[in-house]
Amino acid sequence: MSGILASMIDGLLVGSVYGLAAMGLSLIWGVMDVINLTHGAMIVLGMFGMYLLFSAITVNVYVLLLPVMAVGLLLGIIVYWMAVHRVVGRPILLSLLSTFAVNMMVIGIGTAVWSTSPYNVNFSLPGITFGAYTFTGNHIAAAIAAVVIALALQLFLYRTRTGKAIRAVADNREAAELMGISSTAVLTIAFGIGIALATTSGALVSTLFPFTILSGSTYQLKSFVVTILAGLGKPFGALIAGILLGLLEGVVTPFIAVSWVPLIEFGLFVVVMVAFPRGIFGRATA
Amino acid sequence: MILRRPFFWIILFIAALFIYAPLHGNNVPLREDLILVAIAVILASNLNLMIGYTGYVNFGHIVFYGLGGYMGLYLATVRGWNLVLSALVAGVAVSVCALLFGLAILRLRGAYFALVTIGVLEAVQAFVSNFGPWGRSTGMYISFDAYQPLGGAMRALWITYYLVIAAMALSMILSLAVKNSKFGLGLFAIREDEDAAVVLGVNATVYKAIIYSVSAFLPAVAGTFMFYKNGMIDPSIAFEFMLSLEGIVMLMLGGQGAVMGAALGGGLYETLRSRLLTSPTLSNFHLVIAGGLLLLVVLFAPGGLIGWFYRVIPRARKVIE
Repeated sequence: MSGILASMIDGLLVGSVYGLAAMGLSLIWGVMDVINLTHGAMIVLGMFGMYLLFSAITVNVYVLLLPVMAVGLLLGIIVYWMAVHRVVGRPILLSLLSTFAVNMMVIGIGTAVWSTSPYNVNFSLPGITFGAYTFTGNHIAAAIAAVVIALALQLFLYRTRTGKAIRAVADNREAAELMGISSTAVLTIAFGIGIALATTSGALVSTLFPFTILSGSTYQLKSFVVTILAGLGKPFGALIAGILLGLLEGVVTPFIAVSWVPLIEFGLFVVVMVAFPRGIFGRATA
Repeated sequence: MILRRPFFWIILFIAALFIYAPLHGNNVPLREDLILVAIAVILASNLNLMIGYTGYVNFGHIVFYGLGGYMGLYLATVRGWNLVLSALVAGVAVSVCALLFGLAILRLRGAYFALVTIGVLEAVQAFVSNFGPWGRSTGMYISFDAYQPLGGAMRALWITYYLVIAAMALSMILSLAVKNSKFGLGLFAIREDEDAAVVLGVNATVYKAIIYSVSAFLPAVAGTFMFYKNGMIDPSIAFEFMLSLEGIVMLMLGGQGAVMGAALGGGLYETLRSRLLTSPTLSNFHLVIAGGLLLLVVLFAPGGLIGWFYRVIPRARKVIE
């Protein structure tokens, strides 16, 4: 019984990282109505960014989160101008396909450079032991980092001018424009922040598990599940939903083979989407 | 009547060319190239029914091909059924699954549906990788004497080639028939404005589920033939996500919404890809090139090649559908 409890706590810790990844997806989706299919690729770039930085300079990995985040922001701005700007506000088919095209290019280049063999970031913090169970330090630190970043984003969105502008554009783009907000600048920044969240969460995941260039799709699927659970454009809800998903994984993994987990998550995804099209925590809005 | 459409005869002519070309001088390398082109055309044409006609992106279209391959191969080899019968049964079975599943998920609109299709692919792959009778993640292999009923491996390869070409012609005819039917008009209405279509009496959920199911049939049939020809199947080959994406690239490149667009895109892309894959410097980058191509088409020429062609020669719309 206490084994399940330990597994649940561990799931909770990992889940907060899923939540962080989903926040990026949710932010972009909510602000510009674009489903960002580069999300998985950006998570993977965060993993490899962390790997490269850590092999170049051996410092505490959590310090390296900052450069990964900055690169993510820059990357997001580039991707926005390359693939998203022309399709914002046009049929959803176009933005799905254009972000997907970027995803293919990133994965293609990544496969050529790093092949599909597994990598890992060789860093570990001392864990905390309760009786027979040890919680690894990396999991605890990643969860703390994820929650801190999530809170920082929340403060940014609700307390700063830029953050308020982002929420205004998400609410009603025309009205925001009429109030003198440059929606193009806001969309660029929001996309950059969304991608920065993806790369940061990827960097955190890389300190937890080994990864390959193709790992992104797994975390992208999880992010979609979380975003749908939380309801669109609710970044903080995404963190909570992520923690719930992690908890669920923690509960089921002692009982079934790991290869079935994607099937369960996907089942959850479909059921929630059909039953609650606005998300479990989402309020009914138009 | 479909027989009165000139394009119907053009399709038959194309199919005849595909059959005649490799027969001439028993050209086996050409046949192997053309069978891949035909598969590409089948996938792109049936995907066109969803993306081009109905405006719904299906990222997991390859799931029909793989699942059909698995079912057909299982029936043809383990159960010892006739190949064509196995393919048809596999096609019907996959279509029925798609219909039932479609009725559940196609209540979702637009982008939500697209996301679910990614999940469908992952879920089916996870299921097949854990499914005992189909060999889990190692898949199934055909022993050489499984080709005996068709008169040996040599003849079997030619027979499967003809069958794949037949499936290709049928895919294009199906696209043409749907396009010229009342049902097709309903799909176009959904693509243009789903709410308006519903108000005007189109039962959108049923229409979408039917077309989702119809678009599953021929890829499943072709999957049976193709994996029978290859002699093996495993989950990573059968449900290759990349092939699913390349199907979308083909369709966008050729021009979504047009029968000839899908076929043209499939043919061109497959030819390009085989060039890239055999070139030592570019083989690693074919995904990058495919992605770049898709991005350029989406951003600058959403009508694809056929859209450009229609703009240059507007009257061609009547003949090349």
